[in-house]
Amino acid sequence: MNNAASSSLHIALVGNPNCGKTALFNRLTGSRQKVANYAGVTVERKEGALRLPSGRLVRVLDLPGAYSLNAASPDEAITRDVCLGKRTDEQRPDLLVCVVDATNLRLHLRFVLELAQLGLPMLVSLNMMDAAERRGIRIEREKLQTLLGMPVVETIAIRKNGAGALLDALDEKLPAPPTALPPEADLHAAVQALLDAAVSVPRRTAEIDDALDRWVLHPVAGMLILAVVMFLMFQAVFSWAAPFQDAIEAGVTATGNFFSAHLPAGILRSLLVDGIIAGTGSVLVFLPQILLLFLFILCLEESGYLPRAAFLLDRFMLASGLSGRAFIPLLSSFACAIPGIMATRSIQHPRDRLLTIMVAPLMTCSARLPVYALLIGAFVPNRKVLGLIGLQGLVLFGLYLIGILSALAVAWIVKRFGSGHGDAALLMELPSWRLPNPRDVLIGLAERASIFIKRVGGIILALSVLLWFLASFPTPPADWHGTAIEYSFAGHIGRAMQIAFAPIGFNWQICVALIPGLAAREVAVSGLATVYAIGGGQDAAAAQLAPLIAAQWSLGTGLALIAWYIYAPQCLSTLAVIRRETGSWRMVGISLAYLFALAWIAAFIAFRVGALLS
Amino acid sequence: MNLSLLKRGTRAIVEAVESIHATDAIAQRLRELGFVRGEPVSVVAFGPLGADTIAVQVGFTRFALRRSEAARVRVSLQGV
Repeated sequence: MNNAASSSLHIALVGNPNCGKTALFNRLTGSRQKVANYAGVTVERKEGALRLPSGRLVRVLDLPGAYSLNAASPDEAITRDVCLGKRTDEQRPDLLVCVVDATNLRLHLRFVLELAQLGLPMLVSLNMMDAAERRGIRIEREKLQTLLGMPVVETIAIRKNGAGALLDALDEKLPAPPTALPPEADLHAAVQALLDAAVSVPRRTAEIDDALDRWVLHPVAGMLILAVVMFLMFQAVFSWAAPFQDAIEAGVTATGNFFSAHLPAGILRSLLVDGIIAGTGSVLVFLPQILLLFLFILCLEESGYLPRAAFLLDRFMLASGLSGRAFIPLLSSFACAIPGIMATRSIQHPRDRLLTIMVAPLMTCSARLPVYALLIGAFVPNRKVLGLIGLQGLVLFGLYLIGILSALAVAWIVKRFGSGHGDAALLMELPSWRLPNPRDVLIGLAERASIFIKRVGGIILALSVLLWFLASFPTPPADWHGTAIEYSFAGHIGRAMQIAFAPIGFNWQICVALIPGLAAREVAVSGLATVYAIGGGQDAAAAQLAPLIAAQWSLGTGLALIAWYIYAPQCLSTLAVIRRETGSWRMVGISLAYLFALAWIAAFIAFRVGALLS
Repeated sequence: MNLSLLKRGTRAIVEAVESIHATDAIAQRLRELGFVRGEPVSVVAFGPLGADTIAVQVGFTRFALRRSEAARVRVSLQGV
């Protein structure tokens, strides 16, 4: 009987990227996962817990995927440090569970042999056994176990009860550490010897990989497929999300109305309804789009397509100084730059990562859409170009394009005039194609959604309150003839700003609306509504605003505001995330400065062009 | 010859990975990933517009490499 059975066992899942470690972690721990950060670095720390059939508690740490203990990135450095016991904030694991892809033991076993040199108790989990069987790969498990000197179990992480053998093995006594190979040993040769003895493989690659890659990696067909996939994704995200967005907006408005009806008029009600509910509601409205976009990205990631897309795009992105790996973070930024910037953690090279973070805000995020919709509706005639394409839709597409081209241009300029770049590698695995597993996709989605809501909710809430304060105080005296907001701090600041903004055609109303508009981009619409003293929800306000501003503003002013919104950092939450991910206020300052500068210049040009056209 | 000069579909055998300078981390990583003597290698696809990116298969794994990375891998067509 085990005395140690009462204490908990600390294990770590370790393995190469793409071995199905995350699926196995999900299978073992289910919803009992905790995601945080390792101290001092922006590397995700995933811990979970499980209870064995015997009742013993096991703490599972999911270490970042690594190809070797020779760390090439902050992710791999964490794996190395935890395995070596070098992290003071992390207990060295009692047992390493080496997860390997049974269809690619040639690559994955090398790391197992390297880890064996650490002298820790280990066991091997042969994952993806279903795929191995399908390909006719035969592994003599017991022979492998004997040769490796450590327990070897078979798992199919995506199947219910697929980790049964692993759980049984964990319930046993802790295995003795395996005999290690000498430090200078040729690990690849040792792996080859193991394979010759215990594994038989009929074909070198899976037919699916060959068949799909023939088209997906084709220089011309591949690009076309990529364009179609992107187009479908955007179409789906923007049209399918609409009913959910409307539902959330209705809910937010209803909540606001409820409090308006039940609380006496006064500061508290105003704070609650105009500050908190309006502010956080404006972000929640975008949650369906963000979730839908992430759903697609997760499915594409699980299927193995995203590294192939990065392969196709690397050439173009490299020309502007970005790496192919920047594709996913920049793609996410089309929904919202905040998760996009957080996704840059997958870019190892620090300067590449920084550059991607700096240009992510230029990707046309969903929050710009209400502003664009209002302004395009007011200033772009509802005509058809060449009798086919709506001019308004075309202008919207053009704005997206300008955003992308600007990002590439900015990256190019930084590359051209920046100091030496260093050797940033592409060197990326193209994993075997596989069907996304619904359970893992949903768990991944829930994780990202909760991170987004928690982080953004905190910042946006704080900022909404601050800006509500600026826009509500001081309250005007009874004999004041203008709107309340004109008398507030925001009103004074806005009118002072006019000096700088007159050359680009912004009147004082726009300047004042930009201040609460700093909370988030779409708040500009309700900001303008407040300034022009229009009530009702966002849609109602926009409907009334469009003809009003079309009548009162010049074409130049309208175009200038559109151009302003392509670039201006009207989103303090994004800046907060930049601060968090770069750890530097200097970077935030640089972002603010260059984005406002670009916005002002673009608005200036648009204003003059508008003046010429009218 | 080096890997970046291989034509699509031609099979070759890896001879060695050459380091460009003393602490060439990319060469080290290539060796760890399986570009070792005797391992079969072939080019699966070239990237668009000038083939600056190459998708290769070494052993059982596919990788996307830049031309400069692939150039470090010396291969031979004999003994395939």
